[in-house]
Amino acid sequence: MGASEGAPTPRANDGPAVSAAGLALKACALGLAASLGVWAAVPLFDAANWVGLGIVAAVTALIFYAYLSPRHVPLKYLLPGTLLLVAFQILPVLYTVSTSVTNFGDGHRGDKEQAIAAIEAYSVVRAPDSTDYALTVAADGDPATGGLVFLLTAPDGAVYAGDAEGLTGLAPGDVTADPSGRITGADGYTVLTTGQINDRGGEVADLAVPTGDGSGIRSSGLSAAYEGTATRTYQEDCDCVVDSATGVEYAADEEAGLFVSADGEALLQGWQVGVGADNFLRFLTDRTVASSFFSILTWNIGFAAGTTFLVFTLGLALALLMHTRKPLRGQSLYRILLVLPYAMPSFAMLLLWRDMFNVDFGLINRMLGLDVDWLGGTWTARGSILLVNTWLGFPYMFLVATGALQAVPRELGQAARIDGASAWQAFRDVTLPLLMVAMTPILISTFAFNFNNFNAVWLTTAGGPFSPDNPLAGSTDLLITYTFRLAFGGQGAQYGFASAVSVFIFLIVAILSLVSLRQSRALEEVR
Amino acid sequence: MKIRSARVMTGVAALALLATACGGGDDTAAPEDAAEGTMVIWADPERTEALMPFAERFGGAHGVTVDVQSIPNEDLQDNFVTAHQAGSGPDLVVGAHDWTGNLVRNGAIDPVQLPQDKADGFEPVSLDAVTFDGRLYGVPYAMENLVLFRNTDLAPDAPATVEELVAIGSGLKDAGEVDEILSLQVGAEGDAYHIYPFYSSAGGYLFGEGENGSLDPADMGVGQDASIEAFEKIAELGESGDGALKRSIDNQNAGPLFNDGKTAFYVSGPWAIPDMKTAGIPYDITPIPGFEDGGEARPFIGVQAFFVASGGANKVLAQEFVTNFVAEPELAVALYEADPRPPALTEALEMVSEQDPDLARVVEAGANGDPLPSLPEMSAIWGPFGQAEAAVIAGEDVATAVGSAGESITDQIG
Repeated sequence: MGASEGAPTPRANDGPAVSAAGLALKACALGLAASLGVWAAVPLFDAANWVGLGIVAAVTALIFYAYLSPRHVPLKYLLPGTLLLVAFQILPVLYTVSTSVTNFGDGHRGDKEQAIAAIEAYSVVRAPDSTDYALTVAADGDPATGGLVFLLTAPDGAVYAGDAEGLTGLAPGDVTADPSGRITGADGYTVLTTGQINDRGGEVADLAVPTGDGSGIRSSGLSAAYEGTATRTYQEDCDCVVDSATGVEYAADEEAGLFVSADGEALLQGWQVGVGADNFLRFLTDRTVASSFFSILTWNIGFAAGTTFLVFTLGLALALLMHTRKPLRGQSLYRILLVLPYAMPSFAMLLLWRDMFNVDFGLINRMLGLDVDWLGGTWTARGSILLVNTWLGFPYMFLVATGALQAVPRELGQAARIDGASAWQAFRDVTLPLLMVAMTPILISTFAFNFNNFNAVWLTTAGGPFSPDNPLAGSTDLLITYTFRLAFGGQGAQYGFASAVSVFIFLIVAILSLVSLRQSRALEEVR
Repeated sequence: MKIRSARVMTGVAALALLATACGGGDDTAAPEDAAEGTMVIWADPERTEALMPFAERFGGAHGVTVDVQSIPNEDLQDNFVTAHQAGSGPDLVVGAHDWTGNLVRNGAIDPVQLPQDKADGFEPVSLDAVTFDGRLYGVPYAMENLVLFRNTDLAPDAPATVEELVAIGSGLKDAGEVDEILSLQVGAEGDAYHIYPFYSSAGGYLFGEGENGSLDPADMGVGQDASIEAFEKIAELGESGDGALKRSIDNQNAGPLFNDGKTAFYVSGPWAIPDMKTAGIPYDITPIPGFEDGGEARPFIGVQAFFVASGGANKVLAQEFVTNFVAEPELAVALYEADPRPPALTEALEMVSEQDPDLARVVEAGANGDPLPSLPEMSAIWGPFGQAEAAVIAGEDVATAVGSAGESITDQIG
């Protein structure tokens, strides 16, 4: 790599040659690994996440061991790739699988304590006859540690000091107030500055000066207070939330992660719980899934296979056209033009194509003088999507095929011709099989990518057209767009359910890829 | 545990990445602790700029630093909920009122207490919009609603009913003066927001009213007889009827149709005005008309509001900001100048209406509007309702389309 002439001559008995630059690079990389380890460790230490800390320490130690020890040469090469594989492939899959057995999603994001805190905080209602007080936050003694006191001025000018014990009247002579009546100082109390109040923000927000029958005076910002009552409280003995206004008890349902009343009414704020195979069962037994899954799957396979076939044929055909013995005049210009769709942002292109298919205002109908509702009919919509996706995808195939063709010796084809084969036969039986050795993995990845090509569908037809009797499954829906609608359309984001469906799709793609890889082994034997 | 393992994952990933490639940079920066006394506001890019001077003023008055961070509008709600869960959210977030239900369900925002004298300063509908389950959850600063724009060269008089509108539009179309009777975006998947005024005029509703005046998710109106009748009327305007509503008119071409003079009528909101001015189209703003034998057309009212994050480190300051600072007309006027939507504060609205008569007309057109439902259940409505609309406009059987939309919504609400 960088072993320059001027580097010190390595000693002969020192194994592989190590240049000064290489050594510096190594030291630098290891230093970075160490500093990264520290960077990752600090927040883990703060959060007392010992498992995480252990993993970071182990990985860092492994890196140092692998690159400082003269042995284990294969490990030196394998380690970076393996770590990346674990970080970017295996962990996300494990995370998805672990999420798929929970109810994680909107309304079930946090733990039970958070849900209780939210329920209690949200149940504070302003007392019907609440007085609005002018508020000054003060402390009894030291600003940082003294007991919090609300110095309050009622609209009638009466002044009070309120703390967790209750409200006591103040003599008007003991306080100083600004023209609006808000207290600026009181004997025996330290008025807090904004900074001091903010430092104790949690306490200030939690303080409710009791005024009898469960209500309390609470702060609303720095300068106002009101009388309010928390109507819902969590009670440990029954593991339930009791609404004091209605008397209804909401019992904790640990299976659903919700507080539910006897007549089935659930509080909005829930928590995350494990739900076992529920998400998988829900997908398998869903009414619309049962009726539309197989048609969607069929089209999905058709879409992925069709796209792969079309981009491959078109890309290869163009590559063959360009693959002349003498370079074509303007060859690089042609190549640039052909690669152009690949270079443009596909997001914008997909939206542009969608507009071109518009029945009344689209470029295609206008130019051809047609009145076809391209995206409105099942088969025209499917054809349109395939066309757009082919347009977006063929340049890549063209590039790959051009490269692969260079690697196939021309002489082989010529020899076949001399032996009497037609040009087509020579291509089909000699060049193509050799080409396929390089192309097959690419075709499989193209298939797998297009199997889940969310953007191509979502930005053009959004899964439509829909049959009027089923608004949840359209005729160009892929599994991924269909389940996106199911998991994120109905009740906000339902990550648990979405993960379960992802696991299904992952299995389908994995099986299809495995089968086609098996098939491709046969091709590899050509060589 | 989820969050923790995610962190470990990121840590390991970053570790592996940098161990393999020596960037040479020093990456030992300490994790960014929120400096003491720094209040963080999240807003979309348009408002961020307008908020800056006010944030500085507020910070100066209270001896804190206020940091306004710009987040693209389409990511704002998701990012906020996720950040809240991770404990790294802001103190305040500026967003649309129809997020309220979801934010409350996730425990991500705190209720707000406005003293009565402050509350009286706001347009009542704007406070209704941020009220969820009987409690106020945000402080509004701007409102918006759909109106009927009319090209006054082509149609000097405002139509009083939908039928009149279609008659004028068809007349112009037959005379070759315009290409389309009306520009109202539908698109292939329908658009519940834009069709709602007609739907409501024809007697349809989305959620019935429960006790205490809030919406009742158990009484969902799509699929019921009233909604089928309403869609029957919409079908008459559709592609096999008058041809006033078309799926080929979508969010991309609805504006240009009007701005190029190809239609005399355009249903849109105040955000469409700048383009009209640029195009030099003579326009007037009137309420969206209802059906002759129907009720008033009630557009959705959308409200932009400040929400106090429940996980913020500076909750007291954030409460102070929304109760005492957002209620100031100057802030509302500055936000109006950044993005011309009617302010929610009556005083600010009057101030800007003097310079901008369009605003008063927009507010008038929304006078009888319905706040966009902020129930979490609303997210189940958009898709199926839109598809039913598109199917009906395409001329499909109304009862089938609306009935199955109703079933799908009920299924999803669960």
